[in-house]
Amino acid sequence: MEEKAIRIVNLHKSFGTQKVLNGINLEIEKGKTTVIIGKSGGGKTVLLKHLIGLIKPDEGEIWINGAEITQLKDKELNDIRVGFGMLFQEAALFDSMDVFDNIAFPLREHTKRSEKEIERIVEEKLKHVGLLRFGDKMPSELSGGMRKRVGLARALALDPDIILFDEPTSALDPIISLTILDLIKETQTRLNKTYVVISHDIMGMFRIADKVALLSDGKIIEYGTPYEVRRSKNEVTMEFLNATKIPGFSGGEL
Amino acid sequence: MIKAFFAPLEKIVREFGRVSMMLVESILLAFRPPFKLNYIFKQMEFIGVHSVFVVILTGVFTGMVLALQSYYGFRKFSSEGLVGATVALSMTRELGPVLTSLMVTGRAGSAMAAELGAMRVTEQIDALTVMALNPIKYLVTPRVIAAFLMLPLLTVIADFVGIVGGYLVGVKLLGINEGAYIDKMIKFVELNDIYNGLVKAAVFGIILSIVSCYKGFYTKGGAEGVGRSTTEAVVASSVTILVTDYILTSFMF
Repeated sequence: MEEKAIRIVNLHKSFGTQKVLNGINLEIEKGKTTVIIGKSGGGKTVLLKHLIGLIKPDEGEIWINGAEITQLKDKELNDIRVGFGMLFQEAALFDSMDVFDNIAFPLREHTKRSEKEIERIVEEKLKHVGLLRFGDKMPSELSGGMRKRVGLARALALDPDIILFDEPTSALDPIISLTILDLIKETQTRLNKTYVVISHDIMGMFRIADKVALLSDGKIIEYGTPYEVRRSKNEVTMEFLNATKIPGFSGGEL
Repeated sequence: MIKAFFAPLEKIVREFGRVSMMLVESILLAFRPPFKLNYIFKQMEFIGVHSVFVVILTGVFTGMVLALQSYYGFRKFSSEGLVGATVALSMTRELGPVLTSLMVTGRAGSAMAAELGAMRVTEQIDALTVMALNPIKYLVTPRVIAAFLMLPLLTVIADFVGIVGGYLVGVKLLGINEGAYIDKMIKFVELNDIYNGLVKAAVFGIILSIVSCYKGFYTKGGAEGVGRSTTEAVVASSVTILVTDYILTSFMF
């Protein structure tokens, strides 16, 4: 049996009378990129935030490396969180710090490394994302795509085992989107970490996904390799795939 | 009907409880290492040093107008000599701490709410949590400590320039006898008047910082939400300061 990085069991969450997650069951494999696709406002971000304890479920379990995290206290939860990196939708860089300090921040707070070592690590991460000479820029001086790359470098700073991506290509033009996706793919292949990506950009996601899960009405209705999902006979899946086809364009990509 | 009447009251009580809990947490976190001294110094500079000019302006004009107003009253029964004591007592016991706190609320409290609010809506607070760092320790605790330390210092400045302003108007402009002015002031103002005023200022510092941080920290709804939080922070801090002022005064004096 393959090892699972994250196991979600029967997860329920409502906000007021609105049921957002309605019994999610999902097993996310170690060292793979799993993409969770769904409509905007369909609860993808809520699901992602559960994985890192930002939101507590009404019911259900989340197992990460053998620990059930929904019942943990803050201190134990923080031990788990150190093993996580997260790239936020708008990158969420600290705008009071420059790019270098943003990436150095988790290293300074969580490790006892010398400034010299930290400098070496930050430069290495900046090089990975192609922004080596941008260390002294402030986040407000960067474009959206550059901010996301810095966000990725910061997420990678502590060499976490699991990295979460919240809509990595939203609000980017198609060409910048591709460079971000390629960067995600490239770092994942090189570092071999577990990536969990949520997005509504189905075309882009087939480029990077090892596994695709489709979230609809608070449930995972489809889960498999991109190949399997494309050949699914499930009505909702087909509807979702068809909706992203460009009329009159039969390139056959999908 | 009754429910509609009690609904705002219930909200006030609930908010008061949540602000108090945040205050307790931020104080507890202050005693747990690592100590974020550079964060505290940065906030002390922002809340304290950068408020000096506006506090001097407020203090000096308040002292001056106090001298003018009380001169008008005291002249009616020929005791102009008491103007100095009146100005000094009003400044140290009441107007120094209260006006300083209200000015700092407008200047620094609003900035705290806006900054934390913007950090909330751009997910920077979530980013801290995800990094396994407590956002209250990094964002709220340094501001509360800094305001607690700086408000009494600013109040000392306000008291001093207020008394100087009163002296200039009373003695130099209105021609009150200088000897009587100073003598009565020294006779009637005790050190305790000044101390109690400074204790008030420290309490007001805690109130304005924790209320503003709370409003900013729990901001919802984008840019509009940040605006709303900032307004609420200033209004709630100011009202709480004035109410607390009455309560503290009735206990102290």
